[in-house]
Amino acid sequence: MRQTIVRNVADLPTYGYGPRSGPWWGAMGFMALEGMGFAIAIGTYLYLYAVNTSWPIGAAPPDLWPGTVEVAIYLLSIIPNEMTNRVALRQDLPKVRAGLIVMSLIGIVLLVLRGFEFAHLNTRWDNSAYGSIVWLILGLHTTHLATDLGDTVVLTVLMFTRHAQPRRFSDVTDNVFYWNFVVLAWLPLYVLLDWVPRL
Amino acid sequence: MPVRMRTALVPFVMLPLAACAGRQSALDPHGLQSDRILHTLFIFLIIAAIVWIAVVIVLGIAMLRRKRASDRPLALHLPFEQASGRVVLGLGLATLVIVLGLSIVSYAGQRTVFAKDGNALTLKIIGHQWWWEVQYEGDSPHQSFTTANEIRIPTGQPVKVELESADVIHSFWVPSLTGKMDLITGQTNELQFTAKNAGVYRGQCAEFCGLQHAHMAFAVLALSPDEFGRWRDHENENANSPTDELGKQGEQLFRARGCALCHNIRGTLAGGQLGPDLTHVGSRTTVAAGTLPMTPATLGAWIADPQHIKPGNYMPKMPLQSDELIAILHYLEQLK
Amino acid sequence: MSMAADERELRDDGLSSLQLSTRLESIWRTPSGFFGALMSVDHKVVGRRYIVTAFAFLVLGGILAVLMRIQLAGPEQTFLSPDKYNQIFTMHGSTMMFLFAVPVMEAFAVYLVPLMVGTRNIAFPRLNAFSYWMYLFGGCFLWISFLVNTGPDVGWFAYVPLSSLQYTPTKRPDVWAQMITFTEVAALAVSVEIVVTVFKLRAPGMTLDRIPLFVWGMLVTSFLVMFAMPSIMVASTSLILDRLVNTRFYDPSSGGHPLLWQHLFWFFGHPEVYIIFIPGTGMVSMILGTFARRPVIGYPVVILSLIATGFLSFGLWVHHMFVTGLPQLGAGLFTASSMLIAVPSGLQIFCWLATLWDGRPVYRTPLLFVLGFIVIFVIGGLSGVMVASVPIDTQVHDTYFVVAHFHYVLIGGAVFPLIGAVYYWFPKITGRMLSERLGRWNFWFAFVGFNVTFFPMHLLGLIGMPRRVYTYTADMDWAHLNLLSSGGAAIFAISFALLLVNVIISLRSGALAGDNPWDASTLEWATSSPPPPQNFDRIPVVKHRDPLWFDNDSLPVVAGLSVERREVLLTSLAEAEPQTREASPEPSLWPLITAIATTIFFIGSIFTPWAVLWGTPPMAVALIGWFWPSGSKEDEE
Repeated sequence: MRQTIVRNVADLPTYGYGPRSGPWWGAMGFMALEGMGFAIAIGTYLYLYAVNTSWPIGAAPPDLWPGTVEVAIYLLSIIPNEMTNRVALRQDLPKVRAGLIVMSLIGIVLLVLRGFEFAHLNTRWDNSAYGSIVWLILGLHTTHLATDLGDTVVLTVLMFTRHAQPRRFSDVTDNVFYWNFVVLAWLPLYVLLDWVPRL
Repeated sequence: MPVRMRTALVPFVMLPLAACAGRQSALDPHGLQSDRILHTLFIFLIIAAIVWIAVVIVLGIAMLRRKRASDRPLALHLPFEQASGRVVLGLGLATLVIVLGLSIVSYAGQRTVFAKDGNALTLKIIGHQWWWEVQYEGDSPHQSFTTANEIRIPTGQPVKVELESADVIHSFWVPSLTGKMDLITGQTNELQFTAKNAGVYRGQCAEFCGLQHAHMAFAVLALSPDEFGRWRDHENENANSPTDELGKQGEQLFRARGCALCHNIRGTLAGGQLGPDLTHVGSRTTVAAGTLPMTPATLGAWIADPQHIKPGNYMPKMPLQSDELIAILHYLEQLK
Repeated sequence: MSMAADERELRDDGLSSLQLSTRLESIWRTPSGFFGALMSVDHKVVGRRYIVTAFAFLVLGGILAVLMRIQLAGPEQTFLSPDKYNQIFTMHGSTMMFLFAVPVMEAFAVYLVPLMVGTRNIAFPRLNAFSYWMYLFGGCFLWISFLVNTGPDVGWFAYVPLSSLQYTPTKRPDVWAQMITFTEVAALAVSVEIVVTVFKLRAPGMTLDRIPLFVWGMLVTSFLVMFAMPSIMVASTSLILDRLVNTRFYDPSSGGHPLLWQHLFWFFGHPEVYIIFIPGTGMVSMILGTFARRPVIGYPVVILSLIATGFLSFGLWVHHMFVTGLPQLGAGLFTASSMLIAVPSGLQIFCWLATLWDGRPVYRTPLLFVLGFIVIFVIGGLSGVMVASVPIDTQVHDTYFVVAHFHYVLIGGAVFPLIGAVYYWFPKITGRMLSERLGRWNFWFAFVGFNVTFFPMHLLGLIGMPRRVYTYTADMDWAHLNLLSSGGAAIFAISFALLLVNVIISLRSGALAGDNPWDASTLEWATSSPPPPQNFDRIPVVKHRDPLWFDNDSLPVVAGLSVERREVLLTSLAEAEPQTREASPEPSLWPLITAIATTIFFIGSIFTPWAVLWGTPPMAVALIGWFWPSGSKEDEE
């Protein structure tokens, strides 16, 4: 078939930020399905809660402090996260490096705290269905936390190599975006795990 | 009738005749509920048939009718496009009306089928891999008894079955009397039905429950209320004591050869709880949860090698001499 | 962004068309050799592998079906032991659902969607390659397990407590559950790729109301996958945990509940039916438009129907649980919601009938399968209305009536359109036409065989035959209908043999197809058959919903893309206005390595929880290798 050139796209940029970039939509897609995973896990918790007369089953509710401290750190982490986003959009390499290092450290702190939280759940996964679902939900979120931390660390290292090219800044903004998802997911889970058993 | 492999191995067994299976068909209703369900089904079936025939006719006409002249795919006739859009939406609306109407018909049927009657005879049925435990609750504890794989009910009176499971999920289904209901571990379900006519109705487990799901049937015998009363009084009694020497030997062997570890025979020392209660086994119509008709031959074949008839079931093959087998068989046959 | 680089870079507007083709081919082609093949990220190569693998599983699943039909052809047969039979029906269902039906639809989407939207590769091509490997390894895992007598034997929905450790103390249910994980990972990955491809990689000018209906169907399907499959992931994971580390999700003595499993399973399981059916309707719309020689009537109605079907499909899972003792009023409401799905399905059928009514049908094999689809699927839809009714369902649930119903829906609704699609797109994929003569034989054997096999099952269910029984006694009056059904299965099996023969013969000596053998209207027909590695030398510009009918001798295109690196054009979501020229990944071995590491992790973790510990580092290393820039032109822009 004969081709007629009707348009030239040579002037377009080779990467974009946010909804203009492919990976951003990919991240959106994965957040949607992971969010659905969380929703299903929450639904499972509530189902078990509804069919059991006593809740939590054979255990005290989880100690409040690890989850609460995490909530505080998660919420505060939005500030350096957002700052990283801004310097990435400005393509300010030194500040992006600093932002990524801070975010990596926050991730590590949260992961350590998460260890304490498991220890203070006051139940084991094999005690009852209550223990099982609590461990499952916390494990699911921890997987997200650990994955994002791994991603942040790799990106941090990358930004110290010769690969710190302009399009990596778009990757940084996607990483920032994903972290917000990890934070956002934690809030309902915190209410569910730490407060519903106290109802 | 073909010779069945499994019976050929048991030396003294004659060919078992086909079981008097009883009816097991949703199209052959003998209960108030199955009747009503079939009625609902017919309404659906008629409407479905009309819709399908209409679609096929329209499809046929669409294929056969004379076609427009233009062969350019995009040379569309605007009035036709608009008209067809309206027709499509109109048919969509008609579909909506039909399904809402059918939903109402369905719900009306559902209300009738699941209506509860406080005056019902209550039975408890517990599903086991792969047999049915049946408990009759009397007005007082000594009027309660347990039997297995066979349910007798009076005609014309509502029967309430409470359904539980001892292991995995099963499903209680007697299509000629009513629809099915699952027996779910850790939960008690209820089902009520009323037999209109006396007769034998076959039921079968309808939820896959493992290796021998295919051989987990039972019989429902609907009797006239008088007959039912007599049967119930008799069933409530302890097992008959053996009257002859062979029977007494059988009773002893029943314990000595381990049968009593699993089976209960009320009024004797046999008190096992794992397998079906055999107090009045001799009066039942089938062997091995509806697998074979009850005859001396089939019962003997079953005791001789249950793993051959129903591979993988939990009744082990016991090493019995043939004279021991004959004695036990003779004893059980007397447990009418 | 660096304008300096732009200045140095060679663009496609500076080349003759032959030079352009050659250059693009050399940068987009899959490397040669064995390792080159393993590295491929070309959506056409991966799509072809996906299609062939899915059909291989269809053949395997079909053989199992034939074995079951032999066993059931007469009463009291001993052809299969109960243990084998239970494995076989579980394997049949699991294979057909998880290894054939869903993957084959995704396979066609992987191959066709990028071509239909006018781009050069699917979004996230490495993820796509990874997805295929996961699917392949998961499928092989299941089948190898079966061949060593560890095939799952608890039914394709693996109800607890039967599938719990207590009642099935073998590895069989673990194999089943982990096969689910494999295929779900694969399906979820493809879904995200499809969504992003449709959202961002459409050719300029392909606004939302110019997207081909198959692509719309795959978009809706992908969302269904994304929102349905997490449920089965939670279910299968918790089952494995119950069996491996003693969690108590399904143990009623510790607060768990067997019905939780059913809710989780069917919350996925019902949308699953539409995940299989909606792509089928997309294929029907494409074939119908082409062979009725006019656009499908009611394009917006069809799209809204697809979307409505998608939403409704999440609100009717409970109709699989009508006999579990749920509250009556609730069950009644689910009757209504289940029947409601007849409305969007009906609307689509009406649109297709209207299209045929006005069109000038050309009765080639693809259209025959579509006509067969309408006749069969309507029966399946109507019997679906019946099983949605609570009272009727109490009789037909878990009987052969339901077996008949879902085969009418799934084979009628998805396999008939699929075989039509094979005839329709085979020329595009291979460059050769399938034999029309064999095609007609194929169709009539399939149509007759299918109906003779499955129609009698309606009656069998009503006269009391439960599903999943390995045998029945002679006095049950089921023998004649079963024999008839088995005879039909033989005819039906022959139809697939004919298809296979047709494919083999036509691959060698079929007539050459040319770019657009059916005079179809969508963009996949605007390139050569088979398409070159770059799909299009220049990205098309879309000015009409049926671009090749709108103008069939000149294709408007864009210029200005790189000819030195793999580049795709990203456009805006609604209006498809060009936005960026994004790099597209090069071939890589890392997706395969990651898939192998993940496979070790998955299989290890049904044997020991410690696999989570030692299985993670290799996966992490593989993923880092995957995403670490290679320093090539694609990466360093």
